[in-house]
Amino acid sequence: MSATFVMLAVLTVVSAVAVMLLRNLVHCALALAVTFAGLAGIYLQLNAQFVGFAQLLVYVGAVAILIVFAILLTRGREPPLQSVFSGSAIVGFGIAIVVFAVLATMTLSSRALGMEKPGEANASVAQIGEQLMTRYILPLEVAGLLLTVALIGAVIIAMRDKEPE
Amino acid sequence: MDQIFVNLKDWLVALFPAGRQQELVSALISVAALIGTFAGLFALTTVLERKGLGRIQNRYGPNRVGPYGILQPMADGLKALTKEDVVPRSADQVVHFLAPLVLVAPVFLALAVVPMGRNMAAVDFDAGILFFFAVGAATELSVFMAGWSSRNKYSLLGAMRAIAQMISYEVPLILSSLAVIMIAGSLSAVTIVEKQAGYSGLIPHWFVLTPWGFAGFILFMIAAAAESNRSPFDLPEGESEIIAGYYIEYSGFKFALFFLGEYIGLFAASGLAITLFLGGWNAPFPFLTWIPSYVWFFGKLLALIAVFIWVRGTLPRLRMDQLMNFAWKFMLPMALINLLTAGVWHFTPPGLARWIICALLVFGPYVALGRTLFESKKLAKRTYSYAE
Repeated sequence: MSATFVMLAVLTVVSAVAVMLLRNLVHCALALAVTFAGLAGIYLQLNAQFVGFAQLLVYVGAVAILIVFAILLTRGREPPLQSVFSGSAIVGFGIAIVVFAVLATMTLSSRALGMEKPGEANASVAQIGEQLMTRYILPLEVAGLLLTVALIGAVIIAMRDKEPE
Repeated sequence: MDQIFVNLKDWLVALFPAGRQQELVSALISVAALIGTFAGLFALTTVLERKGLGRIQNRYGPNRVGPYGILQPMADGLKALTKEDVVPRSADQVVHFLAPLVLVAPVFLALAVVPMGRNMAAVDFDAGILFFFAVGAATELSVFMAGWSSRNKYSLLGAMRAIAQMISYEVPLILSSLAVIMIAGSLSAVTIVEKQAGYSGLIPHWFVLTPWGFAGFILFMIAAAAESNRSPFDLPEGESEIIAGYYIEYSGFKFALFFLGEYIGLFAASGLAITLFLGGWNAPFPFLTWIPSYVWFFGKLLALIAVFIWVRGTLPRLRMDQLMNFAWKFMLPMALINLLTAGVWHFTPPGLARWIICALLVFGPYVALGRTLFESKKLAKRTYSYAE
């Protein structure tokens, strides 16, 4: 474990915990943006430049802004003053531990752990682009079509307000 | 002479023992050079801008401090430092404090991938252009932080305007640079500059001298002006409407930091425009290649800044609906058509025919789109509800 990894991991985990524990929703959203940035740093540290930068561009640049806007446009109230731990906290902890246990057992029993570590991964941006444009062209096109449909759908939903007159 | 700064850095690095220490020193020198140069350029630009705007508006501009008012930035800086830093009592202290830093750090990071001369890019990433846009994404968050944490209606309105504008204009900004990336076949800023080296006779192989490159350059410059909230796209800080937008509760050096961040963002965007379209540090004519490469880069940068100042002094501010209509109904279709044109350019054999086809491909839709948008606007005498 290198020093950079420890720093990034601590940053990511601490900000992720802050997302759950902070009282003010906007603070949570900003902490989430830090988590995203920390994850991007971890990708970069693994030599995955494209994924790291795309993570920054999409999650910090778009998703965080989207979340913040959603909070601003839907809530007009001040942050609650009472504790963040509600009465059902113990039940929540129980469920969380059970989910974690299931995931952990599945991960530990998976065959992937026994496999050889792949060698130094060094996928350049050009290689990723080439693969996307040749072997994975169909999934790429389908994803593009789906996103366009979603975009047009969103515009149509937003437009409908004006018609009744 | 061309490599004087590179050699200087190599010499300084060689003074330290090899290994990690050298890497660290090398990085530190690059960072210090970037911050020093661009902070100096920022100081110079503020005084040039005020002088230039003064000329345009038929007045003198600053002329009291130093000869021709050239020391004005010093006075401004000292004033900003000594001013009281007022933070509203109801403001969110931590976020209010962090917002200017979140703006300034990424814009300096973005500068790191711009090659400023031969072998003079601080880092040469495989995906340099992607890095530029990725770190630029953090500035939107900073604007939101500033607007929200001030607990001021005008601040929040300004931040909302700014974010809507930045998101809208980021699309044509990225699409117009995509055309260059397609033709150059690389996301690395250094490689893109190298692709534009060389001359046919007297004419350099800059991308701006192709039909798609020219259209792309214009689109890029408009989008860059909007991205950095420059006039005529300075609605987020429209003084007459929302006083100063998200800056309103910032005073003293925090305000200066915002100001710095905005200008560095403008320099970074101009630097990228130079890298993508204007041949980077390449000389415009083959007989001028003896002038060092960094002189060309910074000369082009100053020329682009002069254009921005000129535009600021000439055009009035847009209205919100005009701004959005322009982005989504004109810039976006033009950027997409430009992308298509770049593809056509790539697959047709070189020659005059290719040039004419591509010019028509860009110019035809431009005229058609402009006409349609203009006709669909019902222009009539304006009626006022309250002020008649």
